[in-house]
Amino acid sequence: MHNKTLAEIARDLEAKNYSSVEVTQHFLDRIKNLDAKFNSFITVTADHALAQAQAADAARAEGKAGPLTGVPIAQKDIFCTQGIKTSCGSKMLDNFISPYDATVVKKFNNAGCVMLGKTNMDEFAMGSSNENSFYGPVVNPWQENTVPGGSSGGSAAAVAARLTPGATGTDTGGSIRQPAALCGITGLKPTYGRVSRYGMVAFASSLDQGGPMTQTAEDAALMLNVMAGFDERDSTSLDVDTPDFTATLNKDLKGMTIGLPKEFFDERLSPEMAKQIDAVKNELTKLGINFKEISLQATALSIPAYYIIAPAECSSNLSRFDGVRFGHRCENPKSLKDLYERSRAEGFGTEVKRRIMIGTYALSAGYYDAYYLKALKIRRLIHNDFENAFTEVDAILGPTTPTPAFKIGEKSDDPISLYLSDIYTTAVNLAGLPGISIPCGQINNLPVGCQLIGPRLQEARLLNIAHQLQQHTDWHKQAPQIEAN
Amino acid sequence: MEWEAVIGLEVHAQLNTKSKIFSGSATNYGAMPNTQICDIDIGLPGVLPVLNMEAVHKAITFGVAIGAQINDQSVFARKNYFYPDLPKGYQISQFELPIVGVGHLDITLEDGRSRRIGVTRAHLEEDAGKSLHEDFQGLSGIDLNRAGIPLLEIVSEPDIRTAKEAVAYLKTLHNLVRYINICDGNMQEGSFRCDANVSVRPKGQEKFGTRTETKNLNSFRFVERAINYEIERQIEVIESGGVIMQETRLFNADTNETKMMRSKEDANDYRYFPDPDLLPVRVTAEQIRQIKSTLPELPAEKQQRFVDDLHLSTDTATTLVSNKALADYFETGLKAAPEHGQLVANWVIGELLGALNKASLDITQCPIPAEHIGTLVARIIDKTISTKIAKTVFETMFNGEGTPDEIIEAKGLKQVTDTAEIEKMVDEIITQFPEQLADYRSGKDKLFGFFVGQAMKASKGKANPAQLNEILKTKLQN
Repeated sequence: MHNKTLAEIARDLEAKNYSSVEVTQHFLDRIKNLDAKFNSFITVTADHALAQAQAADAARAEGKAGPLTGVPIAQKDIFCTQGIKTSCGSKMLDNFISPYDATVVKKFNNAGCVMLGKTNMDEFAMGSSNENSFYGPVVNPWQENTVPGGSSGGSAAAVAARLTPGATGTDTGGSIRQPAALCGITGLKPTYGRVSRYGMVAFASSLDQGGPMTQTAEDAALMLNVMAGFDERDSTSLDVDTPDFTATLNKDLKGMTIGLPKEFFDERLSPEMAKQIDAVKNELTKLGINFKEISLQATALSIPAYYIIAPAECSSNLSRFDGVRFGHRCENPKSLKDLYERSRAEGFGTEVKRRIMIGTYALSAGYYDAYYLKALKIRRLIHNDFENAFTEVDAILGPTTPTPAFKIGEKSDDPISLYLSDIYTTAVNLAGLPGISIPCGQINNLPVGCQLIGPRLQEARLLNIAHQLQQHTDWHKQAPQIEAN
Repeated sequence: MEWEAVIGLEVHAQLNTKSKIFSGSATNYGAMPNTQICDIDIGLPGVLPVLNMEAVHKAITFGVAIGAQINDQSVFARKNYFYPDLPKGYQISQFELPIVGVGHLDITLEDGRSRRIGVTRAHLEEDAGKSLHEDFQGLSGIDLNRAGIPLLEIVSEPDIRTAKEAVAYLKTLHNLVRYINICDGNMQEGSFRCDANVSVRPKGQEKFGTRTETKNLNSFRFVERAINYEIERQIEVIESGGVIMQETRLFNADTNETKMMRSKEDANDYRYFPDPDLLPVRVTAEQIRQIKSTLPELPAEKQQRFVDDLHLSTDTATTLVSNKALADYFETGLKAAPEHGQLVANWVIGELLGALNKASLDITQCPIPAEHIGTLVARIIDKTISTKIAKTVFETMFNGEGTPDEIIEAKGLKQVTDTAEIEKMVDEIITQFPEQLADYRSGKDKLFGFFVGQAMKASKGKANPAQLNEILKTKLQN
């Protein structure tokens, strides 16, 4: 049952092959039996899930079921869930029970979905390996001692290990696409503003975007149908029509042109990875797609620009964690300064502190122009590069990451080399564009992914290409061997 | 050496919107602590601000009223600093691109001269909460009811030269924000507060001296005292060979002194940057035109109308428009005696303000409805009562005992204008005082007053004074 896709489970529930309670219990059992190994969940909400499943079954009996009623999913622990711990992977929020639901959570509740639990993540979504969680690292289900990627590593590992048919993630610089690639699943970062950020704990507000993480593009479309939409509580959410993302999955790709940015295929790309992308190209060519070399010159600067803008925003966003109203508070503060200093020193982990310091520095008087303003200028150039490219091509193809998953601990003393693993993903956030990572084979028995980037609001096009590819290949069907011993 | 002060004022005016600037919470003053707050106001993880367009509307209204440039695009920025009553660790404000640009305010000085004071800018921001340091046994309480209340920070050019000018500017501004209904102006409740930037320079020198900023002056009197203290202090420091340091100072109302709060070195680096949670505010020409067309009559326009159309003296008009509630009161009262503006105004400014003063009330707490003052004047005009009796009626009204007509009726105060009746009364008086009559007739003119007094007394003040005089004069001579 657990190898079924979200779409298949939805169809089975519709056909009453089994109930929501049954499928929910099945996944809860799997989590119970297997997740000790992967650590992909921070909180498992079994009672809550079964109550939701019962309600879903009752709704179905009354003929009130929607497309995803009764389907289990998991929420990244960055989305606020009313009455349920929302830790954001941090000691700072280990004691935080959110009094409200994020818009995304509300939408899944309204759609009748069942929440199995809250998935592990890098603390405050800062990281590319899921080693920065207060709750311990997540293990990649494909290989012990290997990272699942981050920051949505728990969601990626849980979907790969078939502990949930789908999960939400958030992507600030690649945090959906990179772990999706490293765990062999499909992950979509929508256009900035497509999915409401209300109730999503902020890391870098101008870059953060929630999206689905699933086995297939079809599943991603189904989840995005629930997640997307204008939210008047989020001033940056886009007041545009939300299409049915499943409606165009089977459109013919013939005559479409995909751009290959030469900057993504230079000497930094390993021959192994290049081979995998070539394989994708061949498959897409068979489907009638033309390819064209393009240039995205400014993307070379995306890492430095990203590592100014994201820390700058995070340094401000994380100021509210001060030990005064909620979250971790130090014992017996002697003064206000002591309260702030110890609460924050104890509550935040190393990577979070590092980024707060970088960001605080970048915004300081005398440095603002040299760092922050310059980074914004680069951001504009990157945006323009993409805009120009999309006058010639319908989408852009490249690798999602330079390499497959690395070993746990391998890069934890070398933040710069870890930051560089975001090289293909951050530009997409800086430009606010949609991007999807889909599995495209393996290197040394570890999955890798390719990334499709689309023009603003063209998620449907990306899902269409990805789905067609998945109809003709089986990379996405490969799953790690993890059966209970 | 002769010194000159250079003063610039920053005013924080609380905008009187029903809900907060970035959330739907109520903005009423004086509610129980932390009862007017929501997830957004307390800065819970994940919450986002949504701009209250009513606050934008009020800011634009202000800009239009001071003839300012309204920026078609303005940007909210985060001002980052840690304080327990600042829930997010940053205040959402406007920095590089404020909504209101350069404008001006014309003020009238005590000697009647007019001066134009430049307004550099006015920007929208959210207020912080309040820290309560008493009643918590060594701990501090935080009340976040005020957190997120919209403020308009209005920054003047350093065009002001004396404490008196500063007060005149503030009073003009205070009056204006109430005229255009963007702020209730309640200074005790902190709805209108002021920081004063003060420096001194030798008269004739163009370069500004080093300035200090004195914070949170919440009455006109404190502003005047604090500025005067600061001017004297700075002159004294410089004359005795010292230098003024750029610093923030606090005014102590008990000692009338300012004290250093923090030096420039200790000042926060606020690390302003555009708030990524909010889009730039765009204002269209059509919006500005619409607001302009619905702008209420401004104080200067009202004053001109009072002089031109109602023929009030300039002084009277100035006094009336200095307070919107007073001007409104006057205009309501005027309806009952539309041809007699100056007389109505005299009653309002003279008797009424005097009585209110004595009772420590302001015009909004006036026990006499404005219509009744108008009626009172109308009864003088139509000779129902004399001015003197009107004063009695006024006092009775002030004590809340009814309308002028009810009081006149109940107390039998209606003026006697029947000539026969007055003649009869005069005849009686004359016969009662034969000696005085003889003296008067032999040339003691002064005794005329004595007879007027006696006759008025006999009529209980109700005899029409003019008629009485006329009749007495005739009868005494015969």
